[in-house]
Amino acid sequence: MPETYDKKTIADLLDAKLGWPELHEMMSSYKDPDRFDKYISVLQDRAPWPEQILLPLGPHLFIVKKSNGDIVTKSTSGFEFGDYRENWKLKARIFVRDTDEKYEEIYPKLSHAHPEWMELREFYDPLDGRLLYVEAVPPGYPIVHNFEPDLQGFYEEWLGRPL
Amino acid sequence: MVAEVSDVRNMTRPPMGWAGKTLQEMLAESERLLVDTGHYYGVNKLSLKENDPIRYEKIWSRLRGGIVGARETALNISASPIVREIGELCFGLYTPEGDSITLSTGIMAHVHTMSEAIKHMVRAGYEEDPGINPGDIFTNNDPQLGDVHNADVQEFLPIIYEGELVGWAAGVTHETDVGAPQPASMPIGTVSRYEDGFIVSCQKVGTNDRIHRDYENRITTAVRTPFYWILDERCRIAGCQIMRENVLRVIEEEGLETYKTFIREVIEDTRQAFQKNLKLMTVPGIYRFPSFMDVPHSIDKGQMPEYAAVDSLMNCPMELRIGTDLAFEIDLDGANKWGYHSFNCTPSGIQGGLWVGLSQTLIPNDKVNDGAYLATKFNTPYGTWANPDNPAVSNTLSWMYLIPCFTGMFHGLSTAFTARGYVEEVVAAYPFTGNITQGGGPNHMGNPNGAWSNFEHSACGTSARYVMDGETSCAAVWNPEGDMGDVEAWELLEPLLYLGRNVRPMSGGAGKFRGGLGFETVRLVYNTPHQVMFNARDGHVFQCSGLFGGYPGATGYRHSVKNTDMKERIAKQLPYPTCDQDPENSQIDANVKGRTVVKDQYCYHRPDPHQEYDVYLSLIAGGHGVGDCLERDVALVVSDLNEGYLFGRFAERLYGVVAQQGTDGTWTADLAATEAKRAEMRKARLVRSQSVEEWMAAQRGRVERMEFNSAVRKMYRESHELSPKWRREFTAFWRLPADWTPGSED
Repeated sequence: MPETYDKKTIADLLDAKLGWPELHEMMSSYKDPDRFDKYISVLQDRAPWPEQILLPLGPHLFIVKKSNGDIVTKSTSGFEFGDYRENWKLKARIFVRDTDEKYEEIYPKLSHAHPEWMELREFYDPLDGRLLYVEAVPPGYPIVHNFEPDLQGFYEEWLGRPL
Repeated sequence: MVAEVSDVRNMTRPPMGWAGKTLQEMLAESERLLVDTGHYYGVNKLSLKENDPIRYEKIWSRLRGGIVGARETALNISASPIVREIGELCFGLYTPEGDSITLSTGIMAHVHTMSEAIKHMVRAGYEEDPGINPGDIFTNNDPQLGDVHNADVQEFLPIIYEGELVGWAAGVTHETDVGAPQPASMPIGTVSRYEDGFIVSCQKVGTNDRIHRDYENRITTAVRTPFYWILDERCRIAGCQIMRENVLRVIEEEGLETYKTFIREVIEDTRQAFQKNLKLMTVPGIYRFPSFMDVPHSIDKGQMPEYAAVDSLMNCPMELRIGTDLAFEIDLDGANKWGYHSFNCTPSGIQGGLWVGLSQTLIPNDKVNDGAYLATKFNTPYGTWANPDNPAVSNTLSWMYLIPCFTGMFHGLSTAFTARGYVEEVVAAYPFTGNITQGGGPNHMGNPNGAWSNFEHSACGTSARYVMDGETSCAAVWNPEGDMGDVEAWELLEPLLYLGRNVRPMSGGAGKFRGGLGFETVRLVYNTPHQVMFNARDGHVFQCSGLFGGYPGATGYRHSVKNTDMKERIAKQLPYPTCDQDPENSQIDANVKGRTVVKDQYCYHRPDPHQEYDVYLSLIAGGHGVGDCLERDVALVVSDLNEGYLFGRFAERLYGVVAQQGTDGTWTADLAATEAKRAEMRKARLVRSQSVEEWMAAQRGRVERMEFNSAVRKMYRESHELSPKWRREFTAFWRLPADWTPGSED
């Protein structure tokens, strides 16, 4: 029941290189309180740009601090989606599966939603075409702003350090 | 509907609460102290735990061990495969006011619903009337008082020591039939509570540890399978008795005051641990993950009242708010209206769903109890499906809405875990736990009024994790130890044979890591002249999405072949279907002929008549995916091809893997061609997509005119009417006039 893991273990975890026994042990154990800093450090080492990662939003999306102090959402490709408080999806490329034909490129017949009831919205990175998120909603549903972090509260009140 | 509060200050008997208090006074004090001090029962220091930790853990282990042992012993009294095979039962130990202290494994959602039922009995003055005495037995399956649906029947035994109520032992099992007009435990197509069948509303059904004869008589006449019900009742009572005796032994050995101190501390201990984990593993902020469920009752026109035979769509716009002050709030503001269908929820059921979700995510230690629940706040707006303003709505299959509802919490917490780096905990929620196969009619044992509920859907595929594929056919969100059960056990209960049970290809959602696969069963109606059958699962919608680019798992459909040639095939030893596998190359269609083929996405419907030798397909759901398909390890794609989990025609268009099948049937990938194909597909995505601004401009007119099908329009109209917040946000997003409305009823 380790209270901490080394940076390599965290890197292996992210790369899906941990075996099931090790992964299971990690899931069942009490959590290591220094995980966040080691995690950020691993991600920062891999980032293809210099900005400081403040908070990961997914495997390829990060809230970063630019040299001019602006805090923006940025992807692995280097695309900037604007102020981190805005919904990054609004700056992505969108492709909507709203017909049987489009659904059946990726699902067998009868195994997907009915296009009159629901559509699949695929949000792509505008630079490298990576699929960042799939939204399954009825037609007409406002694009969902999935996560609005209280970044300042997180850093200052929970981590006890300035943003 | 049922009197909630009855003042017991003028009781005709001495109060049975602690220190001369009535139970109502104890409950009021508990709630006041939580609000005033922020701590459960005002306990801000865990003195017993700090001063004598070994003793603290020992008492915990004895109580917890006793309850787990009670479950394992008691389930052998039941005859129902639902209880014995699947483990659809759970036991819990409660404080006198109804807060859970510890629980067994099993259907844990009920740990909190039973809490609500106990609190109802306290508030309604049961201490005075009908009285609470040693050996009393109370039963409840009323969702309005504390339950999810009436299929789950609860038993409560008071634990009384030297005249004081020191707690409650409670147990729950899922029944086979509830005595509704249509057979089975969760009939579909009911439009009000008055069609839900046998409902026992926190009733005293036994004294001196024996069930009243008149109650047994009532069961015998009220439900189709009294044999199972009565044995389940005895199973629950036996489990509760084992728990009760164990608690009384602990009190004898540890002392009453120590026991009282312990139960207060252990709940506060869990409340504090929950908040500690919240701060360690999450990020304050707002998380929004909506979910949906289709109710396509237009297929039942002519069989249901006109106002009920319509298509509906559930809107569950779940918002999870985590505050820097460790507030954990779940808000369903924007949810649409309850309906004339079987899927409405009560706040009690919603809280049960929340509780089972928390027990799999944020409750951090072995001391799982109501402490975590007490650290949360929940808004279920009045008038919505989550808190109907009509007390007579039907609830027989509330899980149909509850299950999708809490995918939002799992997605929100997984987003938080990703932000903090605890990616080993990330999972793309869970699939809908269906298809639920149920039915009834003359059975193979000669009973003309048989009824059955198959629970193999307890073994759905799990969703993908951040670092691995989901697992195949192993769990249900409401019972993490799910089991599909042996086919032989189900065949004992049901007049249907299993022709085959197989992993269902492509049932898990695609992604860098794909959802675990569900399975399919092919059933033959046998040894009965006729039988009505239900399906139940998501058909027209995905209940939610995957995560980080992962796709949702496949939706379901129903497929029955009626008036078949199966009798002839069996007699002549001709091929018959043992699997289905691919809806575009169905092995059922290839191996059985029938005069009628039902094959559509109407997975919720009134009972569908079948007769002997009809064939019925059940598709058990797979999980959702995580990450971009084009990042999936090529070796995993090839493995899926070779295992038969992925149809060859999808390898390239879904995963960008260029693969060939050799003459021996083995698939291999061309790595260089795959790399080039994937690069080409990423470029093609950019070509075929558009900016969100362009897309919104093209959609806005359609939205303004509500050019959607009737179910979608109805959903928007109801959310618009019920929630000013929804109205404000919807019109702001689409830049509609402030006075815009989605129109009047169709």
